[in-house]
Amino acid sequence: MAAIAVRLKGITKRFPGTLANDGIDLTVEPGTVRALLGENGAGKTTLMNILSGRYQPDAGEIVVAGSSVRFRSPKDALRSGIGMVHQHFMLVANQTVAENVALGLEAPRFLLHRGRMEREVRRLADTYGLPIDPHARIADLSLGEQQRVEILKLLFRNANLLILDEPTAVLTSGEIAGLFATVRRIVREGRSVIFITHKLEEVMEIADQITVLRRGRRVADLAPAEVESRRELARLMVGREVVLGVDREPVPIGDVVLELRDCSGSDRQGHRAFHHVSFAVRRGEVFSIVGVAGNGQTELVSAITGGACFTSGQVLVLGRRVRAGQPFAEERVGYIPEDRTGTGSVAGLDLTDNVLLTTYRRLSRRGLLPRHAARRQTAELLARFHVAAPGPHALARQLSGGNLQKLILARELSKGPRLIVADQPTHGLDIGATVEVWRELLRQRADAGILLVSGDLTEALSLSDRIAVIFRGEIMGVLSTSDSEALAEIGPMMAGVRQA
Amino acid sequence: MTLSTLIFVLSITIQSSMAVLFASIGEVFTERSGVLNLGVEGMMLVGALSGFATAQATGSLALGVLGAMAMGGLLALIHGVFTITLRANQVVCGLALVILGTGLASFLGRPLIGRVGVRFLPWPVPILSEVPVLGPVLFVQVPLVYLGYVLVPAAWFFLFHTRPGLNLRAVGENPAAADTAGIPVARTRYLWTAFGGALAGLAGAYLSLAYTPGWKENMTSGQGWIAIAMVIVALWNPWRAALGALLFGCVNAFQFTLEARQINVIPSYILRMLPYLFTISILVLITRLQQVRGRGGAPASLGVPFEREG
Amino acid sequence: MMRPRLERRLAPSAAARWGGYGVAISLALGMGGVVFLLAGADPVAAYTVMARGAFGSLHDVSEVIVKAIPLMLCGLAVAVAAKIQVWNVGAEGQLVLGGIGAAGVALFLHPYLPSVAMLPLILAAGFLAGGLWALLAGVLRAKLDVNEILTTLMLNYVAIFWLEHLYFGPWRDPMGMGFPGTAMLPENAWFPRLPGTRIHPGIALALVAAVLCRVALSRTRWGFEIRVIRESPKAARYAGMRIGRTILWVMFLSGGLAGLAGMAEVSGIHYRLQQGLAVGHGYTGIIVAWLSRLHPVGIILTGFLIASVLVGGDQLQTVMHLPSAVGLVLEGTLLFFVLGSDVVSRYRVRWGAPHP
Repeated sequence: MAAIAVRLKGITKRFPGTLANDGIDLTVEPGTVRALLGENGAGKTTLMNILSGRYQPDAGEIVVAGSSVRFRSPKDALRSGIGMVHQHFMLVANQTVAENVALGLEAPRFLLHRGRMEREVRRLADTYGLPIDPHARIADLSLGEQQRVEILKLLFRNANLLILDEPTAVLTSGEIAGLFATVRRIVREGRSVIFITHKLEEVMEIADQITVLRRGRRVADLAPAEVESRRELARLMVGREVVLGVDREPVPIGDVVLELRDCSGSDRQGHRAFHHVSFAVRRGEVFSIVGVAGNGQTELVSAITGGACFTSGQVLVLGRRVRAGQPFAEERVGYIPEDRTGTGSVAGLDLTDNVLLTTYRRLSRRGLLPRHAARRQTAELLARFHVAAPGPHALARQLSGGNLQKLILARELSKGPRLIVADQPTHGLDIGATVEVWRELLRQRADAGILLVSGDLTEALSLSDRIAVIFRGEIMGVLSTSDSEALAEIGPMMAGVRQA
Repeated sequence: MTLSTLIFVLSITIQSSMAVLFASIGEVFTERSGVLNLGVEGMMLVGALSGFATAQATGSLALGVLGAMAMGGLLALIHGVFTITLRANQVVCGLALVILGTGLASFLGRPLIGRVGVRFLPWPVPILSEVPVLGPVLFVQVPLVYLGYVLVPAAWFFLFHTRPGLNLRAVGENPAAADTAGIPVARTRYLWTAFGGALAGLAGAYLSLAYTPGWKENMTSGQGWIAIAMVIVALWNPWRAALGALLFGCVNAFQFTLEARQINVIPSYILRMLPYLFTISILVLITRLQQVRGRGGAPASLGVPFEREG
Repeated sequence: MMRPRLERRLAPSAAARWGGYGVAISLALGMGGVVFLLAGADPVAAYTVMARGAFGSLHDVSEVIVKAIPLMLCGLAVAVAAKIQVWNVGAEGQLVLGGIGAAGVALFLHPYLPSVAMLPLILAAGFLAGGLWALLAGVLRAKLDVNEILTTLMLNYVAIFWLEHLYFGPWRDPMGMGFPGTAMLPENAWFPRLPGTRIHPGIALALVAAVLCRVALSRTRWGFEIRVIRESPKAARYAGMRIGRTILWVMFLSGGLAGLAGMAEVSGIHYRLQQGLAVGHGYTGIIVAWLSRLHPVGIILTGFLIASVLVGGDQLQTVMHLPSAVGLVLEGTLLFFVLGSDVVSRYRVRWGAPHP
């Protein structure tokens, strides 16, 4: 297999309202791993979508093995040896691994020889140390296994350059190690890998070359050896001295607002999701649960806020037991869900309706809903929380991510809650909006206790008084953030080592 | 019950199931590609009328069948334009198609009511029809029935063992993934929607040229809807769709036999309710079973228009 | 290659929507003209006959109103359910059940009831019967997630056969003189009529129902919950709304409205159960509901409009010997074109490269 170099020259791409890529140059040498680093919205995925044939650039050219090429589709790009594994897998859940690998291949043209297909897939999988059952249904596989199928698809088509978009977002730490091993094996053969990420530690571990993008431009190109500190990388990504924390003044701690006693629960398929979880959150404190996505946090939050997934133990919210299947909407509890567009708000309704979403029961008199009062309340909230929006009549869909989150926050806080459950509240927000959300949450400590669920250790460390690490559904340990020695244990705990 | 009665009843079962069979296989293909076409009843009626009218005009049964399939396919294409390209609500489009199809068929078919015309005659298959019991039941039928026998395994094989079948299924499950793999989503959906319409037209032609020859208003009596229900009952699998159609044919044959024998245990209008009550029951049963087992549901992208991002 | 592309608008455009209506109506009229030509008739003459048939005299207009009453009620029935994406295709059967319920109470309970109580009672009976019939499908949908389009539709056929069974069988009028049907309802079960016409208080029912629906949907808690459930069931669950229960109530109300239509037909027009009760009002109601975009006031107007098409179509049959089914064709076509024009308000056309 030939070792191919790929170059991007002056790639520019515009979307309505933004300049996603501005004259970007990039070179990938054969046999290397290049990390593409940048914040959310820096343009990394767009650039790679162009390289993999999904988008068309407005200007610039792509050079593969010395000749300029134009890709009209991802299939075109694959013919030149370039393929991408997206964040949201392009897999057909209801079909088998072999069928997914075979989808879109040129041959065989009519008759599928299923047995032969499965044998070939298995052979390739074994060659690369990616154990996978070609007969298994995608829907039955874990996210890590699904990712292996995506990589297998590219290898099956002899991709020379594999682009991985935020591949570790869905993996456990064990699977991450496996992924890195696979990447190294691929690269040893002379292929190349582009690794999109915003996580600094990963970059340092896997990359041969690092390119940093910021606001659509390439701002740096260096080797890991040249990097002085993670802080420097962060500064390159963000462009100014990064505030790696907010001021957190101590606040008096009050009574218990949330308590879990020996709780266990399962996910929708009935598999055990979390077990023997016990902790308490008090007014005035921020209590975080941290862990890699997929370790039971979603089900735990679901159990606390709606009672689903709950099989044993007790959950007491403000002293009252939560019963399985009974959501506790309103009632002095603010819940900021992880999915702000699909669950926390309704895209097609206006902002007034969205504010009413969890406050309408309180506002309704004898069955009627006073729209005028609701509209006024909404306008007030928009002003108080600096939400940039045309007005209470605007649709939720018209708001940016940061402003939508601020609206949801405003709504939940307007209830005067004594308990706030915030699930990944700053996921996908830029640094400015993130800091605003952090400050607002901290301000709430005067009246409430806050349960924060986060995959971002920085966020947890900045905001919390205590941190609980969750791994495979169990709380590995609870640490106080004022104890710097104990904090060193967080890493191992996230990987499954229990606190001594 | 004598043997000859049994053979008679079984034969009627097969005959009564064919229209539903054709229509539901067609709809399986359409829905597997992600398009919900509720207009089957309308397409069947139009097919029945055009089949009859074409056969009358040309004297050729083959042309009649082809005409019916063409008209069914055409109506389905209209549905396709509105749902695939214009991304209108698929449920309402389908309902509109039924209303339009029913109206058109009633309107244009008025002059043909009561006319006697060409019809298919049973054609016994040499050798096979001599087999005791099964012979007369299975192999002394009109040629369209034999077409049905071939259609079911062919449909199954096509769906699961060929590349076009794989592409079709992928488009219905995850059009974004199919699109990335280079499969033309819209074109695939148009193709299979038209195919479904053609089969619905064929079902109609079977009714007007073989089963109850002639043209009568609303001669499908809801079989188009039953076919749609059967697709769900079949969990979008051709073999099970055939089974469902056969069960329906069974209920029909039962009802028919009782009426013909003038066995008045069950009042006649109540008897006529049976096929519909049966359809509801089996629909509930299968839906419940499928929930409990948690597998094999509708194609994930059914009824959802595909928009390429960006 | 420059190809047109559809790009979603952030907020639907009202101007485009009204413009779309205009285009849709013109196109439908055009298509109707084609159909007339196919049948060998002069389109202009045909449309004139229809218009004169519907609006030519006060009597004609009154007939349009009479025809519009069940259409309005069925349209409301379909619309109320469609507001949360529940497709009630069973208005036809629920109408029939409403008629059966009303007639049953009138025929068999009249010796035990004071005269004054009759009308209110059969009104309630009609509503209840239709509501419960719809609830059958509603329960299957809410509890077992069974497709309500198919169940309500199957129940239509069952209802019609039940009706025929009743008036051909156990409830048949022994003195019917060969014209199948039940005995006439007692006079205190008859709706009064506007003198000189056949207009009965069903029109008041329809208008009041429309207003109540409008108020309920826009100003009450329940209406708000419906809005949210329709747009995002996930968000509705997050907000603690009970989706299953809402579906049940909505189906009951929907069936009840259609049941009222049936009761009104029996009590206001036929005065007995006979053939002619199930003539497609339930299906036309779907068209009425969609053409008026599920808006209660629009349904009243559209009901009137469609009724005029139907009455005009009847005239066509009498005067020009064209099958009255042309009305159905016109309605189906109009619905399609409105659906198509709907696209214009949600999307805009962009010229550009097929790939982003």
